[in-house]
Amino acid sequence: MRKILLIGNPNVGKSVVFSRLTGVHVISSNYPGTTVEYTKGYMLLGEEKVEVIDVPGTYTLSPTCKAEEVACQMVKEGDIIINVVDATNLERNLYLTLELMEQKVPVIVALNLFDEAGHNGIEIDIEALASWLGVPVVPTVAVTGQGFAMLTAEIFRARTPVVRQHSLIERWEDVGKLISRVQKIEQRRHTLLERFQDLTIKPLTGLPFALVIALLSFAVVRFIGEGLINYLMNPLFNSFYTPLLMKLSQLLGGGGFWHDIVVGRLINGSIDYFQSFGLLSTGLYIELGAVLPYIISFYLVLGLLEDSGYLPRLAVLLDTFLHRLGLHGFAIVPTILGFGCNVPGIMATRILESKRERFIASTLISIGVPCSALQAMIIGVLGHYGARPLLTVYLSLFVSWIVLGFILNRALPGFSPELLLEIPPYRLPPLKIVFTKLKYRVKAFLLEAFPIVLAGVGIVNLLYLSGLFNLLANIAAPIVSGLLGLPKAAVMPIVIGFLRKDVAMGMLLPLGLTVKQLIVASVVLSMFFPCIATFVVLLRELGARETAKATAIMIFASLFVGGLLNFFL
Amino acid sequence: MKKVSLVNLADGESATVVGFDSGHGASARLEAMGIRVGKKIKKLGGMFMKGPITVEVGQTRVGMGHGMASKVMVEPDQ
Repeated sequence: MRKILLIGNPNVGKSVVFSRLTGVHVISSNYPGTTVEYTKGYMLLGEEKVEVIDVPGTYTLSPTCKAEEVACQMVKEGDIIINVVDATNLERNLYLTLELMEQKVPVIVALNLFDEAGHNGIEIDIEALASWLGVPVVPTVAVTGQGFAMLTAEIFRARTPVVRQHSLIERWEDVGKLISRVQKIEQRRHTLLERFQDLTIKPLTGLPFALVIALLSFAVVRFIGEGLINYLMNPLFNSFYTPLLMKLSQLLGGGGFWHDIVVGRLINGSIDYFQSFGLLSTGLYIELGAVLPYIISFYLVLGLLEDSGYLPRLAVLLDTFLHRLGLHGFAIVPTILGFGCNVPGIMATRILESKRERFIASTLISIGVPCSALQAMIIGVLGHYGARPLLTVYLSLFVSWIVLGFILNRALPGFSPELLLEIPPYRLPPLKIVFTKLKYRVKAFLLEAFPIVLAGVGIVNLLYLSGLFNLLANIAAPIVSGLLGLPKAAVMPIVIGFLRKDVAMGMLLPLGLTVKQLIVASVVLSMFFPCIATFVVLLRELGARETAKATAIMIFASLFVGGLLNFFL
Repeated sequence: MKKVSLVNLADGESATVVGFDSGHGASARLEAMGIRVGKKIKKLGGMFMKGPITVEVGQTRVGMGHGMASKVMVEPDQ
């Protein structure tokens, strides 16, 4: 099967072009480096089925980070290259175009963001550009689909350009000549939006603004999350699902082995979604009733932030601080993604240049960044004791994150490379893209989480009923009781935390812990050990040795911090 | 003509890039992003405590570390 590669600079809209061509949805955002791994899809070219590959963005064919390396290796395998070019940034994009043309593969140029170029007063002579390059050039607007019929038609006509190898200097000279002939820029006054751009990146105005954005995001996530729980999920569960489940409970005789596994134990004669722990009660409720609302609200807010173009500015603002932790500013992007789910967060560390940085960032995410599912449950469990316990948990995690980063930066050999990051213009987040992205992420969550949650709840029941529970609890009791001040029974949630941390959090409730114990348990659960999905990604991204190192750090740090909290609270 | 580094430019000051005071690796990355000899560059601002510096080159805005910026030599416009 023939392969079509989508190649271009970071943040030019390759992923949106990919979705348009193949109908396969991939996450796209307004910051460079959203795609760190290639994605495959298929499209029909007349009768022929061809493979389309969305390649991570790169500025040149000499790579500077792991995501770019992926791109450069892919180039050799393509049969046709669609070079996606940012029309608002033609000069910088053309360098890669010239490099691609020397690859002896047919090239088509998709001049994307063509509408925005027009708004910015940039005029491009497409015919002149096409004839100079000797390859087809098609203006496109990927978000709306403009130009795609023509782009597809041109794929048939794509031919290999005859170009000799150039040197770096020659290529830039060519770009210069070309630009002076095909592009006209009308100088315009600074708009209000541009003034705002400057304000959000200058420290004096930018830092307070960042704080406001962070607090606002948290408040909105909480507001929407709690709103969905209180006004949608809880009423739905209580008025429709509970009666059904009670009927089933009666059918099963109100108790016994199967009853307890399927429906769960009845608390005072009724179902308690947090404590019954049956597959159909707690197993279902944790994911749909407690966690899903927060997944929806978090990813909605994240999607808006991503597509507005704010995150790269935050990266510049936080660069100085993050250097103290052995990272540079752009590491804030994987970290924020980690608050949704650690898996994409750790994947996104590929945008960082060095192995050292990727190790530090991944370890810190696993330790100090609780995912939405876990946070939803922490809020659910600790929320009604007021703000202080919650604040204590978040503060403990945040301080651990900083202190550990500081230590790792000192202890690991090497230094963190400097920030070099393109800052995209602010854009109004296209609502259609924000919602498609949300839908895709929520679906992925449900598909991935459900089987593991149900398995987790099932295993908990089996361990409990088989008596293995007590055995495990007795073995780990000295540490859990002595160091952390938790009852013996809290061993199980910590073990189950390896499967799913939200389920583990739910298991704490029936234990009747004090507020202090709940705080300690929440912090230890967050830091202790990554859940199985995160662990697999760590293994893949860092390798076995580094993962072992990271895991040792996690276990040690969680016991240390948990112990401290136990003694000082 | 006086030659200074990007760090020494005032906020909002424009200049022309005249050279790189660094190894090939770093300058290749800068060049790939459009920062190269002969280009007009405008410093938008810098963070305190040797934080990163933001510049505008053509239609692109770029944030770069302080150390990297100190190696980009420019000639301020009159």
